[in-house]
Amino acid sequence: MSPSPSPTAATAATPLLAVRGLSKSFAGFPALDGVDVTLRHGEIHALLGENGAGKSTFIKAITGVVTRDAGTVTLDGAPVAPRSADEALKAGIATVYQEVNLLPNLTVAQNLFLGRQPTRFGLVREVEMRRRSIALLRDFDLDIDVGAPLGDYSVAVQHLVAIARAVDMSARILILDEPTASLDAHEVEILFRVMRNLAGKGLGILFVTHFLDQVYAITDRITVLRNGRLVGERETAALPRMELIRMMLGRELSEAASEHPAKAATEAAPDAGGAIRFEGFGKAGYVAPFDLALASGQVVGLAGLLGSGRTETARLLFGVESADHGRLTIDGEAVRLASPRDAIRHGFGYCPEERKTEGIVAELTVRENIVLALQARRGALHPLSRREQDAIAQRFITMLDIRPPDPERPIGLLSGGNQQKALLARWLATEPRLLILDEPTRGIDVGAHAEIIRLIRQLCTEGLALVVISSELEEIVSYADRVIVMRDRRQTAVLEGEAVNVTAILQAIAADTPPLAA
Amino acid sequence: MRFRLPRKGLPQIAAFVVVLLINFAVSPQFFDIRLQDGRLFGSFIDVFNRGAPVALLSLGMVLVVATRGIDLSVGAVMAIAGAIAATLADTHALPVVLLAALGAGLLCGLWNGILVAVLGIQPIIATLILMVAGRGIAQLITEGRIVTFTSPELARFGGGAILGLPVPVVLTASVLAVAVIAIRGTALGLLIEATGANARASALAGIETRTTTIAVYVWSGFCAALAGIVAAADILGADANNAGLWLELDAILAVVIAGSSLLGGRFSLALAVLGALTIQAMNTGILLAGFRPEFNLVVKAVVVLLVLLAQSPRLSGVAVLLARRPA
Amino acid sequence: MTRYLPVIVTAAVFALGYAICALQFPAFLSTRVIANLLTDNAFLGILAVGMTFVIISGGIDLSVGSVVGFTTVFLALAIETWGIPPLAAFMLVLFVATLFGATMGALIQGFDMPPFIVTLAGMFLARGASFLLSTESIPVTAPLYSAVSDFAFRLPGGGRLSVVGMVMLAVFFAGGIALHLTRFGANVYALGGSRVSTGLMGITVGRHTAAIYALSSFLAGLSGIVFSLYTSSGYSLSAVGVELDTIAAVVIGGTLLTGGHGFMIGTFLGVLMQGLIQTYINFDGTLSSWWTKIVTGVLLFAFIAFQQATLALARRSVRGATAKGATP
Repeated sequence: MSPSPSPTAATAATPLLAVRGLSKSFAGFPALDGVDVTLRHGEIHALLGENGAGKSTFIKAITGVVTRDAGTVTLDGAPVAPRSADEALKAGIATVYQEVNLLPNLTVAQNLFLGRQPTRFGLVREVEMRRRSIALLRDFDLDIDVGAPLGDYSVAVQHLVAIARAVDMSARILILDEPTASLDAHEVEILFRVMRNLAGKGLGILFVTHFLDQVYAITDRITVLRNGRLVGERETAALPRMELIRMMLGRELSEAASEHPAKAATEAAPDAGGAIRFEGFGKAGYVAPFDLALASGQVVGLAGLLGSGRTETARLLFGVESADHGRLTIDGEAVRLASPRDAIRHGFGYCPEERKTEGIVAELTVRENIVLALQARRGALHPLSRREQDAIAQRFITMLDIRPPDPERPIGLLSGGNQQKALLARWLATEPRLLILDEPTRGIDVGAHAEIIRLIRQLCTEGLALVVISSELEEIVSYADRVIVMRDRRQTAVLEGEAVNVTAILQAIAADTPPLAA
Repeated sequence: MRFRLPRKGLPQIAAFVVVLLINFAVSPQFFDIRLQDGRLFGSFIDVFNRGAPVALLSLGMVLVVATRGIDLSVGAVMAIAGAIAATLADTHALPVVLLAALGAGLLCGLWNGILVAVLGIQPIIATLILMVAGRGIAQLITEGRIVTFTSPELARFGGGAILGLPVPVVLTASVLAVAVIAIRGTALGLLIEATGANARASALAGIETRTTTIAVYVWSGFCAALAGIVAAADILGADANNAGLWLELDAILAVVIAGSSLLGGRFSLALAVLGALTIQAMNTGILLAGFRPEFNLVVKAVVVLLVLLAQSPRLSGVAVLLARRPA
Repeated sequence: MTRYLPVIVTAAVFALGYAICALQFPAFLSTRVIANLLTDNAFLGILAVGMTFVIISGGIDLSVGSVVGFTTVFLALAIETWGIPPLAAFMLVLFVATLFGATMGALIQGFDMPPFIVTLAGMFLARGASFLLSTESIPVTAPLYSAVSDFAFRLPGGGRLSVVGMVMLAVFFAGGIALHLTRFGANVYALGGSRVSTGLMGITVGRHTAAIYALSSFLAGLSGIVFSLYTSSGYSLSAVGVELDTIAAVVIGGTLLTGGHGFMIGTFLGVLMQGLIQTYINFDGTLSSWWTKIVTGVLLFAFIAFQQATLALARRSVRGATAKGATP
């Protein structure tokens, strides 16, 4: 792989993509306000910003998915104004979204050539199409059966196929919207190799991500948006992390969003009994058997890469999947855990990672969402009166500062952070003894993020046991008494006390030693 | 919040009143009511009486739709229940007849519920099976004939009167009342709405979504059987080929008119009945106006389209923008 | 491989069923029975071709039976009462039907309405329109009609491959090519996979949706012509409930009602399977006609349950496949 020398010198005068004064309002609310972005030939350019900064609207506005109110877009000096994703593609601007926008039921080859299959007398030349597909994917180091349905392959392969299609359709600009969110480290490496390769050929790549490490690993320059406005455009190498975060957040904040408090001496006797004990808990082909003991007031962090089995562990703990190994004892008594209802009966609660699809019931009000689990536990025949519901909803709206403080608002209209708080309220209303939180701060703006972390700390001082899954190690370190590191669907390390620090966790994740025998 | 209920039902009530007024305009005797043999008669009463079967069906359908489902088999279940009732009516005591017919409806509902909730088959497909086979089963029961009966007890379900009101009307009102008490008086309504709006989240919140789903199909089967009994009692016989034919569509239309989303979630039992009555009022109006009954289908088609257009997300998006006022 | 499994199973069940029939009634092996199977199910088969496109694209078309009814009445009136030459009447009705379908497709796409309810309205509308034209059964006496019903290829063994049977075979052939070998066909599968993704990949979803429903209604019109030729009459109540038989044939043929998967040959087998049941009941003589509905229902259930099981299996294997990851 030998990327050609950077062509920036030759073409600095006419950037590949120049967006000037781009504005877009929705119902009078400006989502983009006079944004300028310049993408050079052969450049990997990060587009960064908090949720709501206007990244999605920006992509939609330049690819014609939404019409822009004002501003110009020029491609190699020529103005373009696509009115649909299709026209954008024809103009040379291709977008690959996080949820790969291909068809899992079609073959890889059909996906690569949909709408432009080689034909003869109106009939698709299947053999020719497959031959070209194989040749095309070879450039991406992808040697797969192009006659198999795309859905048979991993998300990483699907991303690469989507990029291959875009590149083959003579895209000059590739917009990658959170492409790495569901990839593991190895897959990210492959993707980066492809990106560098393409940039070397002169393509401009606009890379939207929330992983700052990746920004520094691969991008040349960075554009930061905030509240629909351009904050700045910088060379990546010349922009310190602190400065970048300051640009994104607009306020002084330590990099890890946590102040590493000297942990209170909660390590006072990890309670040899352990109120809730999972012993040899596991399910064949899902999560290897593990032990987990939790006393009240303890926070256990689950760390590991995506796909390491963290979410799977949470689902076993909550009875979403039934364990086929091991047992659960609560206060010394053996307990059956075959469904979420069992778990809830024993005082467990679970905030899943997929907040929109598995957490909130968007159409129902905040009040109804908050009382849902409590009501389900009481059974349909023991309804909470409207007055009781109002009281519960009001209490938690005040306690967790849910905004707007209107219990009758459909929860789908709230921001992600407030939805998450309402979900916490749903479980707190059941007065649980164990709360399992899967990525509680994902997709939440920074203000709410800090509040959620504060809540987690507060809850454990109030005697709740918590299992928290998070990709943000600094965050875990800031509140966990114990950290379990997972890899390949098994626990590979348990860190306690002094050992709970980012370096140790990283080492444990990266460690190449075989896991401890369970 | 205080204005929630009226605002929610207002278009439906208005539509019903408008249809009634149109009927009055084309036929000035529309609101005339007379008492004869201890029973009220008149076009206006007829709207409620003739509308009873579809109203019963829509009481079942509305809960199924609330769970994001659909029950295409209700017409066929009507035919089965009617066939059973008519076949047994002259040889068995009334409780046995009712039990057998309603039991068949419950079984059909259970079958649908199991296909949807346990086997995970799409509702439209799952209930299609019984829609196709059910009419065959009904014909099997009647052996392909139109079975007639003379039992006066069963006939009362069609032509009888309680306090002057036709029995089908009383029956429908009672079922509505019982359903409202059982569903809104308990937390069932919330659990059904939650299940329909987001089944996965509801299951994780501890709701027995599977049981809830089976229950609404069983309820729908029960309502359909009741409608089948009323229809059979009305004509003193069972015609397996034509009993309840197309009525599943009327029931779905009633639920759509009631403002339920076919994507599940919020529902209103009373508005579903009102929707059914509106459809019947249109039917009656078309007859009164002297149009051929065939005209009904065209009118219904137009109404379906108009209601759906009004509910269309694209249009309502515009409506929301227009309606938005400074809060 | 799993993609072909439903069709293979359908073929196996059909072969088995045919063998059982043939063992009991050796006449099933005659070309006469086979030719009649094609003739008697011609209108159903033509409808099923259109329905296959619709269902694979993730939709459903409940209006087809009504369009057949409308077509027969329209043709009878046009030819007998209005004096329009049969061929011109055919052209006219095909044009009207196509426009009707295109409108339904445009409504589905344009207002984001569920196909099920839009085509339900279409069903009411078409049936209502045919009632408004005439509620009588009108015989058609045009010479073309008798010429068509007299014409047939004589097959060895006494079978007569009628014109309507040949039309159905031709429609299946053309439909199979369009579905499996053209860009349009690939787009139909794409729509069934995901409408959003298909749009993002540069396929004009709206135009294709309109085209698919237009095709279905066009074929329903053609089926109406065939039905009219087959019965030599027009009646507004003809083909009531046929949409269900059509959907059943497509599903029994192994096409997923959720869209995105299926084969034209499967639909062909599904249609023949329904014909086989009907023929068996006719041969038996003691069985009543309602057994057709019950057996069709049982078959529907069996195939849907089978599909559900294979889907569950496929999902499990995908989970295994994700572990493979990218092959560098």
